[in-house]
Amino acid sequence: MEAAVETKSLSRVFEPKKKKEGKSVTALDSVDLRIEGGELFGLLGPNGAGKTTLLKILSTLLLPTSGKAYVAGLDVESQFSAIRQKINMVSGGEISGYGLLTVKENLWMFSQFYGIKSKVALQRIDEMLKDFGLSEKKDAKVRTLSTGERQKMNVIRGFITDPDIIFLDEPTLGLDVNASRVIRSYMIDWLKDHPTKTVVLTTHYMVEADELCDRIAIIDNGRILACDTPERLKKMVKMNTTLSMDVTRLKDAAVLGSFSGVENFTFTEDGDKGLTRLRFVMRDESGVSDIISAVLSQGSRIESLQKTEPTLEDVFIKMVGKGLE
Amino acid sequence: MSDGWIIKNLRAVKGRAYPRVVGAQREPSWVFFEVLLPLFTVAAYAYVYQFMDARQELIGYVVLGGAMTAFWLNVLWSMAAQFYWEKEIGNLQLYMIAPISRMSILAGMALGGMFSTTVNAASTLVIGALIFNIAFHVVDPVMLIAIFMVTMVALYGMGMMFASLYMLFGREAYHMSNLLTEPVYLASGFYFPVKYLGVFAAAGASFIPITLGLDALRQLFFTSGAGDAFLSLELELGLLLGLCALFMVLAHYSLRYMEYLGKATGRLTLRWQ
Ligand SMILES: Nc1ncnc2c1ncn2[C@@H]1O[C@H](COP(=O)(O)OP(=O)(O)OP(=O)(O)O)[C@@H](O)[C@H]1O
Ligand SMILES: [Mg+2]
Repeated sequence: MEAAVETKSLSRVFEPKKKKEGKSVTALDSVDLRIEGGELFGLLGPNGAGKTTLLKILSTLLLPTSGKAYVAGLDVESQFSAIRQKINMVSGGEISGYGLLTVKENLWMFSQFYGIKSKVALQRIDEMLKDFGLSEKKDAKVRTLSTGERQKMNVIRGFITDPDIIFLDEPTLGLDVNASRVIRSYMIDWLKDHPTKTVVLTTHYMVEADELCDRIAIIDNGRILACDTPERLKKMVKMNTTLSMDVTRLKDAAVLGSFSGVENFTFTEDGDKGLTRLRFVMRDESGVSDIISAVLSQGSRIESLQKTEPTLEDVFIKMVGKGLE
Repeated sequence: MSDGWIIKNLRAVKGRAYPRVVGAQREPSWVFFEVLLPLFTVAAYAYVYQFMDARQELIGYVVLGGAMTAFWLNVLWSMAAQFYWEKEIGNLQLYMIAPISRMSILAGMALGGMFSTTVNAASTLVIGALIFNIAFHVVDPVMLIAIFMVTMVALYGMGMMFASLYMLFGREAYHMSNLLTEPVYLASGFYFPVKYLGVFAAAGASFIPITLGLDALRQLFFTSGAGDAFLSLELELGLLLGLCALFMVLAHYSLRYMEYLGKATGRLTLRWQ
């Protein structure tokens, strides 16, 4: 099947307005990317990584300096008109529309730019306002909306034209847990209902990327550092797993450090509670079951057990060299 | 969705005209700027003319010109400069990615603007006529409507062409609009018959459609208009039609080129959008 998005050595350089002032900025550097139809694809990267630049090129607002970009198999440079029939885009923190129009009027207006019949548009607006819990704001002036309400309206604006591919630039930027959840679950449901459609989003939020996206590209300095499912990305960083255990009545703690895969072992006695706290740093997980049976064979009981695995954040720090927040 | 290209673009026109029309109703302060403000200028000229014992028609010309300034200001600030504001608030990029002609967006702006501005201009005309006791003699209402319509299309067509330039402007947009406001009042003869500027200046000023439009309207509203006319009505109608075509074609190509330039240089959107 034809990819929803494909780029080949895509680069974008911004030249300074006047030659003397500053140097040129390479916002994208030989990006090769393939996003399949049906995917919820995330671009994760620090400020200035090139995420917005990539979305602008894909949504036909910016030309590549070199390389190629295809959306729905169409060239962004020469076939932008055809691409525009199939896409829509929403940016976080967007203040688009007209403040003196109501929510309904604004959404209707934008739907008209896609030539949608008013009756169809108004019906979709009603349904989607309900989906987003925004029905009672239908007749409120846009300028009176809160950030979250406004962003929900923006996201509705994007989906209401029924695009094949939607580009979302930090759609949950600055939103509270509730508003973010509404937007995220809408995206998931939308893809469930339309299995061939595609969502491409950028984000700063690790958890969002991890829980929401089928695949993630980690981007920094205009380069794609890694691109895979969240699970496989986490496996890629050869990080140690930490195993913490609280056990009772342990006779000999010291022997536990000799099992295979254990890189580091410490224990502390908690006399008040009669507990021993064990902490293993494991190279791999092969020895975990041996450790547990050794503990049990001493007649101990395990009061609590915790295994810490690498998070996407660890992956990110390892790849980019710094965290996001 | 099997609707044809024309239907879709007409919907886009309607969509963009809508906020202009309801906006005029929801923002009553606009009435102050578009109806009452021109009257101050009109009054100033009218008193000068009265003081000099000038012909009463001259004051009539001033009232007519004052009413027509509403259109010029609307074209300049709400049409040409509009894309600059739209870029600031992030609408421009949404217009750009929409699968319709940019001309439809601009046509929507123009129609919506024309509608509310006509209401305001008519109010200025009526109030001015009452205050200064002006008598209109309309002999040829068909020609009057024809001239008015053609002037509007040519004028807003010019606005569309300017809009393409403002698309890439930054703050210099302000200066540009200011630069075009006052000198045009002079060049286009808003407050006096343009013929007195001399043939060459008047001919040059005629590229601004409101120049010929005003000259023709003076002839159609006042009996003395013929004596003060720069060109004949028929010629002016023909030239205005030519300007309509010229500006529409220029606007089309200029919009296309400016969009390309904006995409190439990264100035179609603001950096943080
Ligand atoms: N129009 C432009 N002109 C000049 N430089 C630009 C322009 N747009 C972006 N840049 C530069 O390109 C680089 C990438 O910017 P981009 O907006 O794509 O980053 P981003 O990943 O979206 O960052 P953020 O998380 O802050 O939104 C930055 O260094 C930015 O300053
Ligand atoms: Mg960005």
